[in-house]
Amino acid sequence: MTAPPDDCLARNEWICGAYLSTRRQILLDAVVQHLQLTFLSVLIGLAVALPLAVLARRWGWAAGPVLAVTTVLYTIPSLAMFSLLLPLYGLSATLVVAGLVLYSLTLLVRNILAGLRAVPEETRQAARGLGYGPVRLLLAVELPLALPAAMAGLRIATVSAVSLVTIGAIVGFGGLGNLIYAGMNTYFKAQVLTASVLCVLIAVAADLLLLGAQRLITPWAGAART
Amino acid sequence: MSTLTAAWAWLTDPAHWTGDDGIRDRLLQHLALTVVCLFLSCLIALPVALVLGHLGRGGALAVNISNVGRAVPTFAVLVLLLLTPVGRWGEGPTVVALVLFAVPPLLTNAYVGMREVDRSVVQAARGMGMTGRQTLFQVEVPLALPLILNGVRIAAVQLVATATIAALAGGGGLGRIITAGFNLASTPQVVAGALLVAVFALLVEGVFEAVERLAPAWARGGR
Repeated sequence: MTAPPDDCLARNEWICGAYLSTRRQILLDAVVQHLQLTFLSVLIGLAVALPLAVLARRWGWAAGPVLAVTTVLYTIPSLAMFSLLLPLYGLSATLVVAGLVLYSLTLLVRNILAGLRAVPEETRQAARGLGYGPVRLLLAVELPLALPAAMAGLRIATVSAVSLVTIGAIVGFGGLGNLIYAGMNTYFKAQVLTASVLCVLIAVAADLLLLGAQRLITPWAGAART
Repeated sequence: MSTLTAAWAWLTDPAHWTGDDGIRDRLLQHLALTVVCLFLSCLIALPVALVLGHLGRGGALAVNISNVGRAVPTFAVLVLLLLTPVGRWGEGPTVVALVLFAVPPLLTNAYVGMREVDRSVVQAARGMGMTGRQTLFQVEVPLALPLILNGVRIAAVQLVATATIAALAGGGGLGRIITAGFNLASTPQVVAGALLVAVFALLVEGVFEAVERLAPAWARGGR
């Protein structure tokens, strides 16, 4: 029988170096799951949002319904959204991704559409005058000009997704949210604080990464427009 | 389809509506949490935003606080509060977390609204001999009202969502029906709770939409 060690884990302190060293693998797995869920949902959201926004721009009548549906989706609280998807996907990672896709979709459609609408009519006419067809006009003129607004939407969608993944803990696929949930049930302060801080760090890192990408692909926008 | 039927049966069972922790209780809790916290957040955020907007100071803070609010997971804040001494006051963590997440949209929108008031109008007011206080309440606030109200609406929707997540950390409200459903492994109850939450959130949004439609034209602004 050895006496219980008197370290920060036994004292249940908020900040604990021993937690980091002994639970390295658990933390790493949670971070990887967190990143996978976020990345997959934002990517799928982007793949669906882009054509939707382009269609809504092309056919004016479609814009109203598309924006109305996205507003309704965005109003539904995340916990309810995951719960409504439960009969469709069961307790799976797919459920979390599907819920997050719906949120990213909303933010992205709104922003891309706003960007496309902000392209000046003279610019479009100038491109047409140069002999641009509708496809080339879209790809070479409208989409590049809508990029700053679209990237702003992408940053908001990514940061929101990082934070919403934690709610996935309710079905056991919440990345760092799983650790927060487990830590809550066992009053494990170091685990809750470490997972929360990591979550914020991931969000900030993702935001900065996208900001850097935005600067690279839209050099004409300048630093003032972020 | 059978799950939806079962969820509907759960919802329409009168036994689930009454009694302690029945739907009626949870609905009232959710409403009370939303209304009280919206009031508290407005009390905290609006004076600060109006004064900062009037003086034209602290803009970076007022605008960036929204981004910070988005990056911090609601659930993490709820659990962190639960483990601090605040956690011992019953709904304490829920109320604090709700207010924390409602303040950023209120602050940002009210500040931006104040700054977007046409400077020449403000100068005209000064030229007519209005004091700073008169300019604030008779010129800037009325003109900024559409954006201020937009902030209140975003905050209200955010409050409903946060109050739902509070159930994960032991708080009251409609979210409890969902978490109880998960604990009982009862998909119909989970779906029924989610439907209640979704309808509640859409109703809150709808109320603000209606208020906006009914408001006099000057309060609606261009949005």
